[in-house]
Amino acid sequence: MSEVKSIILVGVGGQGTILASKILSEGLMSAGYDVKMSEIHGMSQRGGDVSTQVRFGDKVYSPIVGKGQANVIVAFEKMEALRWIEYLKPDGKMVINDFEIPSVPILMGTAEYPEGIIEELSSKADTLVFRAADIADELGNSKAMNIVLLGALVKALGVEGIDWHEIISKNVKKGFEELNIKAFEAGYAL
Amino acid sequence: MKKIMSGNEAVARGAWEGGLVFASAYPGTPSTEILENMPQYREDIYSEWAPNEKVAVEAAIGASVAGVRALAAMKHVGVNVAADPIFTVAYTGITGGLVIVSADDPGMHSSQNEQDNRNYAQAARLLMLNPSDSQEAKDFTALGLRLSEEFDIPVMLHMTTRVCHSKGIVELGERNAVPQVPYQKNIRKFVSVPANAKVRRADLEVRLARMTEYSNSCEINRAEYYDTKIGIITSGVSYQYAKEVFGEDASYLKLGMTFPMPMDLIRDFASKVDRVYVIEEMDPYLERNIRAAGIECTGKDVVPKFGELNPDIVREAFFGTKAETITSEMAAVVRPPTLCAGCPHRGFFYALSKKKGVMITGDIGCYTLGSAAPLSAIDTTFCMGGSISTGHGAAKAYKMSGADTKVVACLGDSTFFHSGITSLIDAVYNSSDSVSVILDNRITGMTGHQQNPGTGYTLMGDPATEVDIPALCRAIGMKDENIYIVNPLKLDQVNAALDEAIAKDEPTVIITKWPCILKKFSQQDREDFDLSPKKCEVDQDLCRKCGMCSKTGCPAIYTGDIVKINESSCTGCSVCAQVCPFDAIKEA
Repeated sequence: MSEVKSIILVGVGGQGTILASKILSEGLMSAGYDVKMSEIHGMSQRGGDVSTQVRFGDKVYSPIVGKGQANVIVAFEKMEALRWIEYLKPDGKMVINDFEIPSVPILMGTAEYPEGIIEELSSKADTLVFRAADIADELGNSKAMNIVLLGALVKALGVEGIDWHEIISKNVKKGFEELNIKAFEAGYAL
Repeated sequence: MKKIMSGNEAVARGAWEGGLVFASAYPGTPSTEILENMPQYREDIYSEWAPNEKVAVEAAIGASVAGVRALAAMKHVGVNVAADPIFTVAYTGITGGLVIVSADDPGMHSSQNEQDNRNYAQAARLLMLNPSDSQEAKDFTALGLRLSEEFDIPVMLHMTTRVCHSKGIVELGERNAVPQVPYQKNIRKFVSVPANAKVRRADLEVRLARMTEYSNSCEINRAEYYDTKIGIITSGVSYQYAKEVFGEDASYLKLGMTFPMPMDLIRDFASKVDRVYVIEEMDPYLERNIRAAGIECTGKDVVPKFGELNPDIVREAFFGTKAETITSEMAAVVRPPTLCAGCPHRGFFYALSKKKGVMITGDIGCYTLGSAAPLSAIDTTFCMGGSISTGHGAAKAYKMSGADTKVVACLGDSTFFHSGITSLIDAVYNSSDSVSVILDNRITGMTGHQQNPGTGYTLMGDPATEVDIPALCRAIGMKDENIYIVNPLKLDQVNAALDEAIAKDEPTVIITKWPCILKKFSQQDREDFDLSPKKCEVDQDLCRKCGMCSKTGCPAIYTGDIVKINESSCTGCSVCAQVCPFDAIKEA
C-alpha cells in the first residue's frame, strides 16, 4: 500500500490556486489514485488568504491534515509560505513563488511586509524558490503563473505516467491551452 | 463512470439520480453550490432561489404534497428561519420524498455562529442522515428521498463544511425517475389544526419506532471490527479523521443515520470492545444519547467541544502527542478580507463613518466588512434581516431615555428581500426615527453572485420582473420625500441624504444603487450605470502623503515612501479622489 501524500497549496484570492488544485486532483485521479481535495472559500475573493489541500494514495480518509503533515507545500505568495511553514513535514519540500502581495495592514502603513522570508525558510526547510510570474510573463501572460507552479509541484511529487497536457487543456480557458502547457513544462524543468 | 466532485455537487447529482423534481434554497456558505449545480439537470428538475429558507422549505413541502420528490438546502442558521414549517411537517408527513439539507459550519469559516443542527433533527423528530464524503453525499441524498417516502417523514441531510467543500471520487449512477403520486385530498393529514395534529403527533411515535428499527439494521450504520481494545462511535467527516488517526488499531461503529439513534446496535458494539470512544464535531450529540442509554464512553471530556476537528486535534485529544513542526520567529502579517477595490459599499460606509452621535446596526453580507478598520462603521451584526429591526428597537430605546443618538440600519438587497421587508414594515408602521439603508448592489454578493428578486433573472437563467424597492417602500407607508436614492460612490450625494435623513423625526430609507464590481454585468446594468473601464492615479507632485486616501480602506492604495494606486486592481471608483484634500488623485 502506497503512503498517502499530502500537498497544501496556499496563496491569495485570485491567484489561481483552486484551478491548479483541480488540475492536480484530476491528474492524480486519472493515474488511479484515490484523491481528496479540500478548499475553504467564502471570503477569499475579497483579499483573504486561500488554501487548498490535496491528498492522494491507495485510500485517503481525511480530506485535510494538520501541522507538520504536508509532504509538499506550494506557496503562490511568499508571506503565505511563512504563514504555512508549520504545516510542512520537517523533511518535506516547500515550493515558493518569489512574489509579494501586500495585505491591507501593509497597504495602510500600519504593518510592514516581513523582509528576508526566503532566507529564513530556506535555512530551515528544503525549498525551491523561483519567480513564477517572470517565467509566465516571458511565455506571454503572467496569469499562467499558477500552472508554472503546478509544473514545479508535479516534479517535486515524482508522480509519473499522467497525461498532464490533456488535463490542463481540458481545464483552462479556450485559446490558452498552449500557453498553459508551456507554463507547466517551464515549471517542471526547474 | 467516476468523477471528482465536491459534496455539494454530489448532493445535486444524488438528488437527480434519486428522482428529484423540485429544489429550492436561499444561498449560504457552505450550502450554496448545491442549488448552483441544479440547473444542469433542468430537463428533470425545476430549481429556484427563494427569498429565504422558510419560503424554500414551504415551497418544497408544497411540491411534496403535490406528489413529487423535493429538496430544500440551506446553511445551518437558515434552518432557524425555516424551523416553523419543519417542526410541523414532521407531524403531517409528506407525499413525495422530502429532503432538507442543513450545511453546518464548524469553526465558523463563514458564519455568525456554529450551532449543531443535529439537535434540530432530534427536536423536530426528522430522520437524519450524515454523509462523511462526496460519495455518501450523493448516495445519502437519493436514499433520503426514498426513506422519506418509506417512513412518511422529512429527512434532514446533515452536512458540514468539510463534506460540502471537499472533493472526492464519486461513482455516478443513472436517474431513477419516480412517477408523481396522484393527488388525494387528505385534510386529516395535511391540515394541522389541533384536532388533526394530535392524531399526527401520536402517529409520529409509530413512525419513529419503525425508523428506529431501520436505524438498527440498515447498511449505512455499520460496524468495522479490527483491534477491539478501542471501539470508536462516529459519524460524518469525524469518521474520516478517526480512521486517519487510529487505522486498524481500533474498531469503528460508523453511523450514517443518527436520528433515530440505533441504540441496540450501539449497545452490541459497546459489548464487543473494551473501551468506547465517541468522536464528533461540536456538541456531544451522539455522546449525550449514548450516555443516557447507560453506556460508558469517552468523548467531550477529551475532544474539543467547539470548533472544527482534524486528524491532529483527534490525535492530540487521545494520545497527547503533537506532530514535529518547523517554526519561525518571523510572523506573517494578517490578510483580513476587505471590501474589494471598487466596491460600491466603500463610499457609503466612508461617509457614514464620519457621522457623529450615530449607532449603526448591520446585517449579514459583504457589508459586515464595513465593520473592519479603518472604516469601523458597524456597531452590531446578529442575523439575516436583523439590522432594521434591531435599529428600530435601539431608536425607540434612545427616544424613551431622551438620548440624542440616532440609528442607521444597513443591509443589502438580497438580505432586505430575505427578511428585512418585515422589519421595515415594523419601523414604518410604528414610526421609528431610524434611518434604514438598503445597499442595492444588484446581486447577492458574499456567497458568490446568486440572482435574487431584485436582479431580474432566476436561478435557471430566465428573465423575471424585478422587485421595485422604492415602490415597495411607498406601499408600506414610507413617505415619498423620505425615500432617498443615491449613487454610493458619490460622497456628496451620500452625505446629503444621510444628513437630511438623520435630522428627520420619522422613518426614512436610503437606497444606494450601484452594481457589485465583481458582478457579471447584465445588459440592464450596462444601460443603467456607467460601467466603462476607469482608473485613478496619484499625481506625485501634488501628493503630500497625508494618508487620507488610505482611510477609505481600499486595497488598491499603497501607502509607503510614496502613495500609489495599483493599476491592475483599481476600478476608478474615485472615492479616494473625492477624499483627497489636495486634488492629487485623478482619473488616469
